Amino acid sequence: MFSCKDVTRLVSESMDHSLPLGKRIGVRVHLLMCKFCARYERQLIVIREAVRHLAATVEKPGETLSEEAKERIRKSLRNP
Amino acid sequence: MEKPAGSNPSDWVDRHGDYLFRYAMLRLRDRSTAEDLVQETFLAAFKDRASFSGNSSEATWLVGILKHKIADHFRRQAREAPLEDGDLREQSDPSPFDGSGHWAKGPTDWGGNPADLYREKKFLDQLTKCLSGLSPNHANAFTLREIEGEDTREICKVLNISETNLWVILHRARMQLRRCLETHWFNKSTGEES
Repeated sequence: MFSCKDVTRLVSESMDHSLPLGKRIGVRVHLLMCKFCARYERQLIVIREAVRHLAATVEKPGETLSEEAKERIRKSLRNP
Repeated sequence: MEKPAGSNPSDWVDRHGDYLFRYAMLRLRDRSTAEDLVQETFLAAFKDRASFSGNSSEATWLVGILKHKIADHFRRQAREAPLEDGDLREQSDPSPFDGSGHWAKGPTDWGGNPADLYREKKFLDQLTKCLSGLSPNHANAFTLREIEGEDTREICKVLNISETNLWVILHRARMQLRRCLETHWFNKSTGEES
């Protein structure tokens, strides 16, 4: 039987590669019975999704290069 | 001679500078490093401008160069600051588990609808802050995996670590991010809004 500590590790690992069948079944069975670990898994998925949305924000206006940096880069492009 | 496909390099900074900067900032979490790599990107693009075919957009072409610069930076950082025991310890302090491996204090219910959360700028700002709070080795691995969407084998090459170590690091990073969001966002009582 896996402990909650094991399951949190394996839940994370399963987001990076597919677990061997035995472990996969062990984790699923644990998640059916353990409210906290099931919640943990859902929250890791929320974080993964949130990071995707965060990555998409670079397309929108937001932080900008400082004027000094822009000037420095323009200069370096004039005399590369 | 054929006319180059892209815009005039003297317009690049105004056209693409801020976008590339935001792209770099999210991944590097440091203003001056981000500025430096954006500058290096423009210079590399300038030297290699004949290679721009116009098949992709100019911004996509520049981002492609920047991506390589960022991976090179991570490679360098991994060489200069290799993993320490602390990076690989399975649990952070204090461990959320008791001696028998059960939750000492389980995750709290985050409630609400995640889809609404993703649109909330303040939440995404908090996520950025939590990401900056990770150790560089953890943050870089997490960035390559979750922001760049690289597979683990590729990440192991960049960071020069084993897959087993990478899984431990990603586990630690996720656990710490989860706790940071819980503390600074979900459990923040409405009374102490700042």
